Amino acid sequence: MLEVRGVATFYGAIQALHGVDLDVAKGEIVTLIGANGAGKSTLLMTVCGNPRARSGTIKLDGQDITHLPTHQIVRRGVAQVPEGRRIFPRMTVFENLQMGATLGDPAHFQHDLDRVLEMFPRLAERRDQRGGTLSGGEQQMLAIGRALMSRPRLLLLDEPSLGLAPLIVRQIFEAIRRIAREEGVTIFLVEQNAFHALRLADRGYVLVNGRVRLSGTGRELLANQEVRAAYLEGGHA
Amino acid sequence: MAYFTQQLINAVTLGAIYGLIAIGYTMVYGIIGMINFAHGDIFMIGAFISLIGFMICALLGISSAPAAILFVLLLSMVFTAVYGWTIERTAYRPLRGSFKLAPLISAIGVSILLENYVQLAQGARPKPAGSVVQGGYNLFRADGFDVRVTWLQIIIVVVTVVLMAGFSWVIAATSLGRQQRACEQDMKMAALLGVDVDRTISLTFVMGSALAAVAGMLFLMYYGVVDFFIGFLAGIKAFTAAVLGGIGSLPGAMLGGLLIGLIEVFWAGYFSSEYKDVAVFAILVLVLIFRPSGLLGKPEIEKV
Repeated sequence: MLEVRGVATFYGAIQALHGVDLDVAKGEIVTLIGANGAGKSTLLMTVCGNPRARSGTIKLDGQDITHLPTHQIVRRGVAQVPEGRRIFPRMTVFENLQMGATLGDPAHFQHDLDRVLEMFPRLAERRDQRGGTLSGGEQQMLAIGRALMSRPRLLLLDEPSLGLAPLIVRQIFEAIRRIAREEGVTIFLVEQNAFHALRLADRGYVLVNGRVRLSGTGRELLANQEVRAAYLEGGHA
Repeated sequence: MAYFTQQLINAVTLGAIYGLIAIGYTMVYGIIGMINFAHGDIFMIGAFISLIGFMICALLGISSAPAAILFVLLLSMVFTAVYGWTIERTAYRPLRGSFKLAPLISAIGVSILLENYVQLAQGARPKPAGSVVQGGYNLFRADGFDVRVTWLQIIIVVVTVVLMAGFSWVIAATSLGRQQRACEQDMKMAALLGVDVDRTISLTFVMGSALAAVAGMLFLMYYGVVDFFIGFLAGIKAFTAAVLGGIGSLPGAMLGGLLIGLIEVFWAGYFSSEYKDVAVFAILVLVLIFRPSGLLGKPEIEKV
């Protein structure tokens, strides 16, 4: 479904990605793990065209999307839960969800809204509250719910567990599992929380300094000595 | 008391016109963080197109005042909006992503361009317009003085209130307004949700320009004379109104417009009409020193 080949991305003169190759097949949960500053978020944003890849190609369903503007890339069925959640702080929860449905068919709106509120009942309680007043966990739920409102085929998630309490993290990962298994949405998940991410994922990639260092099934990577030493031991689990 | 009431009526009328212009400043600032210094001249263009519109009405023999006003209103809004759209496309959009001062400098350039273009095309001499609406209503008589509200003043306030209400509804309740607010709060995220950010910014210029066109028409009808330089002073006063209300805030722009109208008229009425502009700009200085976020604005928080 998603095919990334030799992608290099720069911030001004600083190169953040050095020829990244990876694939996400339809129906899979694929995770990308790596330390702070490895280029994980940059890769997700590059898939959405902002910043743009300086070289390499990105294909979605076999079609080259490398040079499309962001709003046209997401129109093809991609949604992103970005780093830092990026909830619209001065809009209500309901309006944030309406924004998520920008590309959706208005006829589906009520159905999709009910589905999101059923998945995250907390959002129903907070419906008319401003996004900026929500707790971190609620904001994360809203960011995921907002992304689902466009009925994406490919969902990109950037560190959904960051800064959340363990109980909330478990809820969020359970929601991601449901979205993938019950709704058939393809998931590409970027995480620092390698333990949770690799247990959930079918396959994973390890990104180090803008390059893919390792790849394999979730189980293989969990067992890998290098991965254990760098990302699992020392508190992440 | 009579004198005070009369000044109040005049002040609200003037404040309505400033408020309409101030909305354009505040919307553009809200969405792209830029002061559109050409906006006052957009208002001037709107006034000139209205003048041409009224002449067309006279040529066509449209003598009914409501029909003429409606015709000129639409004509002026459409043509001025095209100016606003074109300016954004040619002078501001290519500079997006450039250093922060670039569009500001470009805006000053556009302002000078528009003034000189109108001066060349229409001449430098003030152009008079015949009065379309005459008469008024004497409210009461006191201290040997008739307190009078003209039909024109009523039209100005009613048109302004209707437009501001309609406009506030668009921003608060329609999907276009929601997309504009989303772009204002987080442009990158709006794009990730499929909002065409460039188109939304263009539409913001179109809406701001259309409101400035209405202000231009009302100004022309109220003062009966326009020249190529009216946009400068009116523009800076409306900008002051936007800053006073809190730049980026729509209700702030409306409130600021009203307050600037009040300050200007009352200063002229009770102290000195030569120094009314000084009073307005003193307010600008005081607001910038003591309350830079304005009356209804949110304090700027630098993101780390």
